Amino acid sequence: MSCDWTTKIETYVDGELPAEEVRAFDKHVRACPTCAGIALARVQMKRTIQSAGKRFKPSSEFRNRVQQRISKTRRNRVISIWTITPAVLALVLIAVAAMNYLGSRHGQTQQFYGELADLHVSTLASSAPVDVVSSDRHTVKPWFQGKIPFSFDLPEVQNTEFSLIGGRMAYLHQTPGAQLIYAVRKHRISVFIFNDSSLPAEGNPATGKQVSFSTDTWSQGGLRYFAIGDANAADIGALVKLFKTPPTS
Amino acid sequence: MPLFDQLYNFAHWLTQNRDEAEDLVQETYVKGLRGFASFRAGTNFRAWMYRILRNTFLTSRTGLRITVPLDSESEGPELAVDPETPETLAIDRSNSAALQRALDDLPVHFREILLLCEVEELSYQEIAETLSVPIGTVMSRLSRARKALRERVNFEMRPHTTAAVNG
Repeated sequence: MSCDWTTKIETYVDGELPAEEVRAFDKHVRACPTCAGIALARVQMKRTIQSAGKRFKPSSEFRNRVQQRISKTRRNRVISIWTITPAVLALVLIAVAAMNYLGSRHGQTQQFYGELADLHVSTLASSAPVDVVSSDRHTVKPWFQGKIPFSFDLPEVQNTEFSLIGGRMAYLHQTPGAQLIYAVRKHRISVFIFNDSSLPAEGNPATGKQVSFSTDTWSQGGLRYFAIGDANAADIGALVKLFKTPPTS
Repeated sequence: MPLFDQLYNFAHWLTQNRDEAEDLVQETYVKGLRGFASFRAGTNFRAWMYRILRNTFLTSRTGLRITVPLDSESEGPELAVDPETPETLAIDRSNSAALQRALDDLPVHFREILLLCEVEELSYQEIAETLSVPIGTVMSRLSRARKALRERVNFEMRPHTTAAVNG
């Protein structure tokens, strides 16, 4: 006995089904004992593999050995660059860099926001835009535990025009962070959160228009937030305001 | 060191040997550090590291290739679910040892995709980047890997039928 949904059960259990199909499947599974049974078995199997698969742990000696090896490699790279490169050339490069510094800042900022826009657009273009699909901030926030080296608060968007779609991991300048996707009418807004100290200074300019997207950025509790989307600046501003005054619970 | 525990666990499952796993992880970090310039911001760091580890594993074993029968994946995703049996439903945490043995016995291309999906919790997109295959292939290979694992676990849990199966 089977129905049309059985082909999508694994994708559903893996959290890879598009949001609209998840809602339809949730509804279907309540009325279909076959699908409910298979989905339950799949979830059970998934949890068992997850538990059985975390089997091997590195020893602390090995961890220290790799750390030492990496430090040595880093040191060697730095030394080799400076022994090969004549000191005079280095000084010239520094002088040129200093002369170009002011002029290049604008370009760097553009590039920085270009990367954020790339992340935002590629996320929306993906078949699975979010890794954790939920409109509940109490589901989305814990999903990031252990995946990023910090924690953050999400605002309550109930009774506002915004809705939370979900979240995913994001990487910017080799720094792991969180990407939250919000919807306002037909628009999508990404809010990126990174450790403030890990990012370069290019991301400093605040509210404005970058690469045709509305953007805003602010720092809060040692974290750097970026909001970017095709919504108008007022919508972005309203979402940012919600973030800046998170609820206590 | 980011992902150290996860990469080691994955390496040990791939190599099935502690010394080889340690060599593999160490080489992955050294290569990652050397190749950091080639890492493009905005691409997935996790998938990038797992890809380095996997490629290092493949090249470290002369002649080893993860061979996947072409006929099994050329037609894209086939996610039809088999009817459940009581044995399948009985797979739970108490059968962890049987499941570990079954995972050990799986062909490496099934073992690695199950680990990446279930244990490392990579998304389909990240797995596709790690294995350098399309997402459709990820879905169909995952489905087949799960089926193969279920069959092996069922076999592990029914030692009394071994003679009948073999004979």
